[in-house]
Amino acid sequence: MVVEFEHYQSAHCENGVASNLLRYNGLKLSEPMIFGLGSGIFFVYIPFLKVNHAPAISYRPQPGIIFSRVAKRLGIRIKRKKFSDPEEARKALEENLAGGIPTGLQVGVFHLPYFPDQYRFHFNAHNLVVYGKEEGKYLISDPVMEGTTSLSAEELEKVRYAKGALAPRGQMYFPTHIPADVDLKKAIVKAIKSACSTMLAPVPIVGVRGERLVARKIRKWPEKVGVKTTNHYLAQMVRMQEEIGTGGGGFRYIYAAFLQEAADILEKPTLKILSQEMTAIGDEWRDFALNASRILKNRKAEEGMYQALADQLDGLADREEAFFKKLKKEV
Amino acid sequence: MKKEEVPQDKSNLASANMRELCYAVDKDGNYTTELSTGWEPKTVALDNSIAAIEEWIEDARQKVRNGQASPILYFMELNKMDFQVLAGYTRLWVWRVKRHLKPAVFKRLNNKILDRYAEAFGITTEELKNYKPE
Repeated sequence: MVVEFEHYQSAHCENGVASNLLRYNGLKLSEPMIFGLGSGIFFVYIPFLKVNHAPAISYRPQPGIIFSRVAKRLGIRIKRKKFSDPEEARKALEENLAGGIPTGLQVGVFHLPYFPDQYRFHFNAHNLVVYGKEEGKYLISDPVMEGTTSLSAEELEKVRYAKGALAPRGQMYFPTHIPADVDLKKAIVKAIKSACSTMLAPVPIVGVRGERLVARKIRKWPEKVGVKTTNHYLAQMVRMQEEIGTGGGGFRYIYAAFLQEAADILEKPTLKILSQEMTAIGDEWRDFALNASRILKNRKAEEGMYQALADQLDGLADREEAFFKKLKKEV
Repeated sequence: MKKEEVPQDKSNLASANMRELCYAVDKDGNYTTELSTGWEPKTVALDNSIAAIEEWIEDARQKVRNGQASPILYFMELNKMDFQVLAGYTRLWVWRVKRHLKPAVFKRLNNKILDRYAEAFGITTEELKNYKPE
């Protein structure tokens, strides 16, 4: 059974799956709109959670929450299921496909054969859509790929049952109900407010405070853990900010694109100006990544380079704090 | 970032015929998307991480050679795994996996357990048992 499924490439897998699944079901929302409605803009530093032997830094909230928030704010119902038994997971997927329901899956990246080797890490919160089966192969729309692809039954089972942190446990999901009339205006206002409170939250590891905390750490790391480990941490940070999926600048550009769309829908031209400001902040994050990469390339990194990088991050925190305070007043 | 400034540097993506989507503004200041083949600072960061992994693998190899660790440590690093990931694939507790890193404990492991490790690493049980770094 094969349905006509339109594949659109996106920057980030979760936004892309949400956007593509909703479009198939008759609701057209762009990737930035999904990201914005899900209050996707974020920053968090989790020192006790290690990813690749470095403290976890993320520019987006936990996996799955963007789509869940979009659904909640628009009155969409999504069915989510996990299976302890892979055989049952396979059957449930087959049933959906037989019924012509394109289905979202959470998968691990490490065993995805179409990913370049260097990008295959044990990261388990990747998302893709299965939209059919042909000659024993599952037809796959992976939103970070330019075109559609396919996976054998064994390959699919392997990625659905990847192990480690955030193990997918065969999770599948699909929308079961989309209201005929969605109130986009109300949802946008709510989503923006929620994003502002998160970024300005009085929690030391979250939002602009989290950014300042990392800036302080960058000043101390070279002495505390050594230059080599510091560089490893910085490399990890740059990768979380720029590698596949952020659309550039740690999702700041996608958020700026959302604000531009929101300006038209809410008929608030001031949001367009704020969108430009967010773009400039995104540019500064790109510059931060560039400066960090210069430290990585420089075998004799001097103390001053880390201080300057920390200063730049502090500057970014100041700019984002001012930005989200303004944005909060605007809606 | 302006559309025409979206970097088109060489990267590992190009080798897999992959391009990723970036968001940028066009001449009129409207948001649009552009595909990118890569960006040098990103490649520098990824290369740095890969170099670190290679170092951990080499470290593990040395430890196995010097009798300080069992071959499990080497294959764990080779597969970019950590204890949690390996424990997941072998259906064992993390503390047991850690214990199996001791050469003396490893020697006494039965084939059933060794099979699980071999499967997780995508090698045969014999390869795992007989791994001897130079």
